[in-house]
Amino acid sequence: MSELASEASLQTTTESPVDERIVQVGPVAARVLVAGTGEPLLFLHGAGGLWWDPFLEELARHHTVYAVEHPGANVSEDLEHLPGLWELVLFYDELLDALGLDSVRVVGHSFGGMVAAELAANSPRRVSRLVLLCPIGFWREDHPVPDIAGIPPETLPGLVLADPEGPLAAALTPPADDPQALFEAAMRMASILHFIWPLPEKGLSRRIHRVSAPTLLVWGEQDRLVDPAYAEEFTSRLRDSRLALVPGAGHLPQLEQTGAVVAQVLPFLEGRS
Amino acid sequence: MRSIFFHLMPYRDLPADFEQRYESIWITPPNTELCDPRKVAQYYQWNLDELELADRLGFDGVGVNEHHQNGYGFMASPNLMAAALARRTPNNSAIMVLGNTLALYSPATRVAEEFAMLDVLSNGRLAAGFPVGTSMDVNFCYGIPPTQTRPRFREAEDLITQAWTKPGPFTFNGRYNQLRYVNPWPQPLQKPHPPVWLAGGGSVETWELAAAKNYTYSYLSFFGAKFGKKLMDGFWAKMDELGVDRNPFRAGFAQQICVSETDERAEQEYLEHVTYFFNKCLHIPPYFFEAPGYRTRKSTEFAIKTNQPGAIAAAAALEKNWKTLNEEGFIIAGSPSTVADRLIEVAKTLRVGNLHALLQIGSMPHELTKKNITLFAEEVMPRIRHIWDAEGWTHEWWPSGAASRAVTGAQA
Repeated sequence: MSELASEASLQTTTESPVDERIVQVGPVAARVLVAGTGEPLLFLHGAGGLWWDPFLEELARHHTVYAVEHPGANVSEDLEHLPGLWELVLFYDELLDALGLDSVRVVGHSFGGMVAAELAANSPRRVSRLVLLCPIGFWREDHPVPDIAGIPPETLPGLVLADPEGPLAAALTPPADDPQALFEAAMRMASILHFIWPLPEKGLSRRIHRVSAPTLLVWGEQDRLVDPAYAEEFTSRLRDSRLALVPGAGHLPQLEQTGAVVAQVLPFLEGRS
Repeated sequence: MRSIFFHLMPYRDLPADFEQRYESIWITPPNTELCDPRKVAQYYQWNLDELELADRLGFDGVGVNEHHQNGYGFMASPNLMAAALARRTPNNSAIMVLGNTLALYSPATRVAEEFAMLDVLSNGRLAAGFPVGTSMDVNFCYGIPPTQTRPRFREAEDLITQAWTKPGPFTFNGRYNQLRYVNPWPQPLQKPHPPVWLAGGGSVETWELAAAKNYTYSYLSFFGAKFGKKLMDGFWAKMDELGVDRNPFRAGFAQQICVSETDERAEQEYLEHVTYFFNKCLHIPPYFFEAPGYRTRKSTEFAIKTNQPGAIAAAAALEKNWKTLNEEGFIIAGSPSTVADRLIEVAKTLRVGNLHALLQIGSMPHELTKKNITLFAEEVMPRIRHIWDAEGWTHEWWPSGAASRAVTGAQA
């Protein structure tokens, strides 16, 4: 749910060359960042948008990473073709066809985690291993997920970071005096809210039992946006799941504690944990 | 120019430190803490008395609108108020419901039915307002995804106008409204249907709809003509571009007005209530004002190009003292001649033929509101009624069953 949208970071943090591809999926032109070598891995981002970050860089050392920009962030007409979650899941299913990928590992963060779980429920045979980083998709009265559109933007770091004063905080909110940057951030957010407004619970509980892939859940211990209590909604329903709680991390564990998260994710993706 | 007494129906007794203690006047102000139903019972009587007084005093129209979960104007159902007014406006003012927030109704035929009922009940005096609605109402209070705000509005507009004009029963296969049988009883009295009044804050899409469907457009803001000029210039430029005539009755604007015997007296009587309005009734944090996706890319690009965010921020940041409020045009206040002169100037600047006169403002008590309404009706209205006569336009969007005082009052 971050606003880590600095395009500049695409280059500055990149060690392996990142290839930007436009892949036509029906009427939607999907933007996909591809890097690395090895078995294919699909990455689905959260509400902050797509950028090439140190976590993806680590994944790309061992996999061919396909990081997809969620449709609608740049071309708002895309959302007219994707009125609901059902169409969105089919969009990702078709995207895998277009990329020539029959079966993949899938890693999804926050909203991307919810979509990843939906995709794995819809097409269980296409998803070999599933990693969900602080996914949304359920609603609990005892831990209501705050309304990210209905809070002062300056309170966001306190919700999503274990250390709201740390270096990531500044990157979370676009500059208040730049209307164009604010608008682009709003459009990225809108393309996510389109599918989860007003509450991020859209029936995953009725479908998640279909997931057959072994699943790793990763949660920051200090996630104040999506409380770690939500992990049990997943673990209690999935056939084969494990939970890794990450100390010193909030809703962006892969960025706040990259090393610790990578140490969990890579062995799991290889089937070694 | 037609004068409509437009009533927001605010909460008149918010605590003095409201804006320090609470996040927002809209969506989240805690109802059990702040909204006393016994007080509201009194307000509703006053509000309707004030609207009925306006009818008796010869206003062209009386106006109501729809907002939810707030202390700024909590008329959740303007149709209920309009129904009461339809029975108690013997001077045949137009009943301006500006309007029903179309995206909130599922199926939207509910609006077609209630507006048709009101039109029939009032003997053809209804102006049917079709606002897109605020983000606070549509997205936050009623849970409509921001990106569905406009698609739902457009589909509802299509469904409602079809329900009014097409012989029923017919089938409507929409994305948000799927109906096997559309056949409302009755269809409206006015033919082909009650005039449709759009209202907005400057969305390009709304202007295009006004042009395409020959609807009126009312620019509703509280930041006055200086701020509205850019917007209305944009509106008229769009009409020119689309080959639509410059009939001023296509357009309206909302204005807060305070009339007293003298300019000095106006300040003494009204400043407190106007300040209450700007400080408390507009206490809305930016994140509620526009949920991501509420505005389209196209409208936002226009807004950024014309520096709307900067202008709104600047307007909001201004100290709301009497001098500033008057100079900036947020309010038009003073003696009847001061008010009339400034209204004429503003109407000519914006090229608008419909004035939504906001004469009950914030905490303004009942007696002072009656005075404001009375002075406006008796001393100001006669001076502004005929300002467009020389151009010879007809008002094609006035409800056909409402009295046409422009004709009977021609001697003024």
